[in-house]
Amino acid sequence: MGRIAICAERLGKQYRIDTYRAPYATLRESLIRAVQAPLRFLQRKGYPVDRTIWALKGVSFEVQRGEVVGIIGRNGAGKSTLLKILSRITEPTEGYAEIHGRVGSLLEVGTGFHPELTGRENIYLNGAILGMRKAEIDRKFDEIVAFAELEKFLDTPVKYYSSGMYVRLAFSVAAYLEPEILLVDEVLAVGDAGFQKKCLGKMGEVAKEGRTVLFVSHNMAAVEALCNRACWIKEGRLVDSGVVSVIIRRYLEDLSVLRSIPLRDRLDRQGRGHVVLTDYGLMDNQGRKVEFAISGQELNIVLSYETKDSVPLDDMVFGIGIFTLYGQHLIQCNNQLTGTEFNGLGRSGRVRCKIPRLPLTPGVFNLNFILRRKGEIEDWIQDAGQLTVEAGDFFGTGRLPPPSHGGLLVDQEWGIV
Amino acid sequence: MTSLPVVIIKPSKGWVSLKLGELWEYRELLYFLTWRDIKVRYKQTVLGVAWAVIQPFFSMVVFSLFFGHLAKIPSDGIPYPLFSYAALLPWNYFAQSLHQASNSLIGSSNLISKVYFPRLLIPISGVLSGVIDFAVAFTVLMGMMIYYSVWPTPRILLLPFFLLLALITALGTGTWLSALNVEYRDVRYVVPFLTQFWMFATPVVYPSSLLSEPWRTLYGLNPMVGVVEGFRWVLLGANPPGALLVVSIWVSILLLVSGAYYFRRIEKRFADII
Repeated sequence: MGRIAICAERLGKQYRIDTYRAPYATLRESLIRAVQAPLRFLQRKGYPVDRTIWALKGVSFEVQRGEVVGIIGRNGAGKSTLLKILSRITEPTEGYAEIHGRVGSLLEVGTGFHPELTGRENIYLNGAILGMRKAEIDRKFDEIVAFAELEKFLDTPVKYYSSGMYVRLAFSVAAYLEPEILLVDEVLAVGDAGFQKKCLGKMGEVAKEGRTVLFVSHNMAAVEALCNRACWIKEGRLVDSGVVSVIIRRYLEDLSVLRSIPLRDRLDRQGRGHVVLTDYGLMDNQGRKVEFAISGQELNIVLSYETKDSVPLDDMVFGIGIFTLYGQHLIQCNNQLTGTEFNGLGRSGRVRCKIPRLPLTPGVFNLNFILRRKGEIEDWIQDAGQLTVEAGDFFGTGRLPPPSHGGLLVDQEWGIV
Repeated sequence: MTSLPVVIIKPSKGWVSLKLGELWEYRELLYFLTWRDIKVRYKQTVLGVAWAVIQPFFSMVVFSLFFGHLAKIPSDGIPYPLFSYAALLPWNYFAQSLHQASNSLIGSSNLISKVYFPRLLIPISGVLSGVIDFAVAFTVLMGMMIYYSVWPTPRILLLPFFLLLALITALGTGTWLSALNVEYRDVRYVVPFLTQFWMFATPVVYPSSLLSEPWRTLYGLNPMVGVVEGFRWVLLGANPPGALLVVSIWVSILLLVSGAYYFRRIEKRFADII
């Protein structure tokens, strides 16, 4: 009896690219294709090379029993594909893996929840879907309800729940899963802060009980807090694994290299691509280009775009996301939020987002840009740029919170009442 | 330390085993999925249980009027309303289960892409949940039998067998169609058409005694013929189905086994294309 919980050898997953675009064929098309190319239909050995991509390739690793391993990497790097393979939702195209122990996978909270059913009914349904036995749910039922703090709403259909209540109920069921191996994907990205903390605590407990956890997340703070080891997946390959803090540092360094590539040359972009973002820049209140921003001062973020489509461009929405380097989403700027409409834009141009008093503490932040036209995503680049903030006099008192209390600054007034 | 179950993950090739043992392991999930289907169906409709009766009952009224009264289609000496309702009962169960089962995978796409369990449970729960509707509609038949003074014989004990035959036929066809439906989305447009066509190929509005041997036995290639004739036999004392029943049983089993293997074969692709 070994100490190994998961052992993966050269796991690979190939997707057909056209399945991304049109996820299903129609019978008619298949028949036509079969008639047109009867031989190819019969042979059907693999797909033409240019129409496939490897979402995962040659991934080998071992996880010891009781280890909590974080899987980090950018969006689309193949982290979720790996979890899906390990939880047997999808089959690998090649490779081999062995899992010792019962597996519980939490790829989303509330899988199978039905809006018409009551909280009580959904606990049973969801529990069964996650692999619990009825007797097990019966035994844990009161604890689950208490953890969710929803005693009063047990017999209300969940369609009347607020989204917070919904998530709480869903996570509580998941939290009482007791498999030997738990595969978790991003579920902590939901719920209010208080509940998130509670969930993190619960996950920590799970780890202390000696169970094995594989945890996929964008939130480096959560990964660092929970995991003792990390695996970094980049473009479908396992590039590094080891002590969590070391791997996270290397991953962040890699991101900063990525951020230094000019927007125009970035290949890792999503969206239709008819209109693309080509550059970004920071400006102060005088319109001068600057390299860094200052807390409490005016900051202008300027985005340049270009198109080969027919102009004018209507209903354009620009979005700027400001994140901590650890992946926490702090601020979202978007001209739809402020009611500013961008219509009749030309073939190329620049738009500006002005933040009158920058509410960020000193440090380095990560920028994401997104561009939509008529509601459709044209261009979306994550880890697109970097925002360095220097100390400034936000409160007009010459004081700022110490770096350890960093994050966001808000206007505040104190008094005795 | 207790020994832990070991799961091997690797690409599968060609025809794969049905893993019936695993289905059995997940029987509680099957129970919950079926229970969910039933609960939700009755919660979402205003008339609830009444729907299970309305559909076959009004079909029976219309059929009796047009086929029994106006077209004077023979009914083997059984009052036409009773004759058609006894057939509509298993037919509606079959048609509804087929509809449920063939759309079941698409309807459960969020489950399929997020959790592992034997996918066969989904169409199975689709055909099981219809049994409740069947039971409700059956009470109306009881009322009609009392009205027409037709008393059941001990043969009624065979009824579950014929219901099972309808279930197997629905499940067999349903596994084929549900799996095809994932890959080819236009299959869903075929199902209503197929069901309608199938009904007229089944002796719902007319008796199979219109056919002479050996055609009558060949007619059993449509397993629903065996089911409908069986229902009339055990409930209303019509002629026993005879040799066609044997044909029906074999065809339904063939449908189920081939459907289940086909389903398992393409199951591994569900999560990628759904």
